[in-house]
Amino acid sequence: MDILVCVKQVPDTAEIKIDPVTNTLIRAGVPSIVNPFDKNALEAAVQLKEAHGGSVTVISMGPDQAKAALKECLSVGADKAVLISDRLFGGSDTLATSYILATAIKKLGKFDLVLCGKQAIDGDTGQVGPEIAEHLGIAQLTFIAKIEVSGEKITVQREHDEGYEVIEAKLPVVCTVIKSINEPRYANIKSKMAANKAVIEVITAADLPEIDLTKIGLKGSPTKVKKTFTPPRKESGIRIQEGTGRESALKFIEKLVVAKLLNRGC
Amino acid sequence: MGNILTAEQKELVEMVRNFAIKEVKPHVKELDESGEFPMELLKPAFEMGLHCLEIPEEYGGAGLDYQTTAAVFEELAKVDAGYAISLVTTFVALRSVIMAGNEAQKKLFADMIIPGAFASFCLTEPNSGSDASSMRASAVKDGDEYIINATKCFVTNGGVADVFVVFASTDKSKGVKGISAFIVERSRPGIVVGKHENKMGLRLSNTTDVAFVDVRVPADHLLGKEGTGFTTAMNTLNVSRAFVGTLAVGICQAAIDEAVKYAIERIQFKKPIGQFQAVQMILADMEIQTEAARQLVHHAMILMDDNKPVVKEGSITKAFCGDTVVKVTTDAVQIFGGYGVSKEYPVEKLMRDSKVFQIFEGTNQIQRIVIAKEMLK
Repeated sequence: MDILVCVKQVPDTAEIKIDPVTNTLIRAGVPSIVNPFDKNALEAAVQLKEAHGGSVTVISMGPDQAKAALKECLSVGADKAVLISDRLFGGSDTLATSYILATAIKKLGKFDLVLCGKQAIDGDTGQVGPEIAEHLGIAQLTFIAKIEVSGEKITVQREHDEGYEVIEAKLPVVCTVIKSINEPRYANIKSKMAANKAVIEVITAADLPEIDLTKIGLKGSPTKVKKTFTPPRKESGIRIQEGTGRESALKFIEKLVVAKLLNRGC
Repeated sequence: MGNILTAEQKELVEMVRNFAIKEVKPHVKELDESGEFPMELLKPAFEMGLHCLEIPEEYGGAGLDYQTTAAVFEELAKVDAGYAISLVTTFVALRSVIMAGNEAQKKLFADMIIPGAFASFCLTEPNSGSDASSMRASAVKDGDEYIINATKCFVTNGGVADVFVVFASTDKSKGVKGISAFIVERSRPGIVVGKHENKMGLRLSNTTDVAFVDVRVPADHLLGKEGTGFTTAMNTLNVSRAFVGTLAVGICQAAIDEAVKYAIERIQFKKPIGQFQAVQMILADMEIQTEAARQLVHHAMILMDDNKPVVKEGSITKAFCGDTVVKVTTDAVQIFGGYGVSKEYPVEKLMRDSKVFQIFEGTNQIQRIVIAKEMLK
């Protein structure tokens, strides 16, 4: 099967500084890495290739320096890497980015599966993967922790707070994966050296004649960042599961009483 | 030192550093205590190809130069030199076959090692350490086979190796000129692995006796010719001495990193102890000696990359690095004071790991004999 993986080069820091005036990230002086969730997506792709044959193509949209991220992908099992880069793409929000990526994917050929990380650690939107699926007009499976492919059918585990769902779909689909799906491999020294020497193909706006220029770059981006903040941590809830429904109800009442939300007298 | 490495070299070094810190370091303390061989932790090293970095690509290695390989192994040794030496011993054994063997032998040996296996170098015997001429191991030709009888000791990887390079005399009347080298697969009948040495340091490495009792190998397993074994051993030791040096430098750097951290954190007389000149003098000497050791290693590696002889330089490197690592790790313990001798703190382990660097691959006294002989030639 032929798999395409979308990766993003992101700043490597747990404490990203934000420009208080523009509300955007200050990138200067921060080393760049491949977005960790995208590495999980690539590892999943390489494992599927090892099991079923086929190829793994990696794409990234970004400036010339994002080639370093693509070379890293080549060193851990990607067969081909393509950089989507043009000044016209600069300033794109997630909608414009996913439109450009989807347009480039169509140009690159037919893929059975498009894999993305669930979100990038810099923007944290988690929007690009699902938007690519919409632009491509194919199904999307998000927050995936396990992938199995059999013929034309893909079976996945979709994680959520309460557990997971098992979903089946017909290929092609877009999948966004979470960290627990796998442990990305380390590069082999030989593959690392080969990747360093690899020439990365670049696709520019001129290579995508069908692209609608009003939908890309700053002008094609409806998103305006008004404020960036860390949302308060969600408190974990309490699960009450006693032997019988009656016991559970009594326990629940007890909790309400302790929390002074209910008066035992009434 | 960073400046003498290219961007590509630095990237490889960084990749291995990240691997060692993330995957190996969390287990080192426990393994140092138990003396257990970290087979599971070494498997990813095989996958990365760390056991064949400097082996030419035609035999399946990564084809790196010696200098880059040394920089990579300094990083591994910073995390644990015992872990690193299991890999060094393996590629040095393969290197000995590449230097002394014919094409079929190189392929035979490489095909066993490259997919992910250990190799050993069986030279030392209980009564033949520095004095190779007193070797008792024998290899007797019998038709198109040799029958090897030997008791080897302090064999690194002895208990885990799939293949050995074994030194044995084919003509005892000729002393070292009667020593020959053989490839011996572990699967051959008659190989008995003795007990694992309960060592003071490098406790993550496997060190055992290995006995060869009437072990038959095909005559084509003889490396080079009869009587060329001692030369093979010496040529191999020239390579391994430089690599032992890089491991010593790695331990030195780990000791410096810990000592500096402690000198900044530890407050006495209302100041971090690093602000006292008494401590600064010690730290600076540690740095001077370590950097000098590192430069000697890289000089030897550059010479080897140029195919130049390193008989003297290898011995200078090994002796200097061996003496330096003992001094620097002892100083690190001194800076930690009472905590330095506590197993709760990291530096006593480095001091224990250091001592053997004055002993193995030829004692530092033997190295001085080699250096003086080269000087007086």
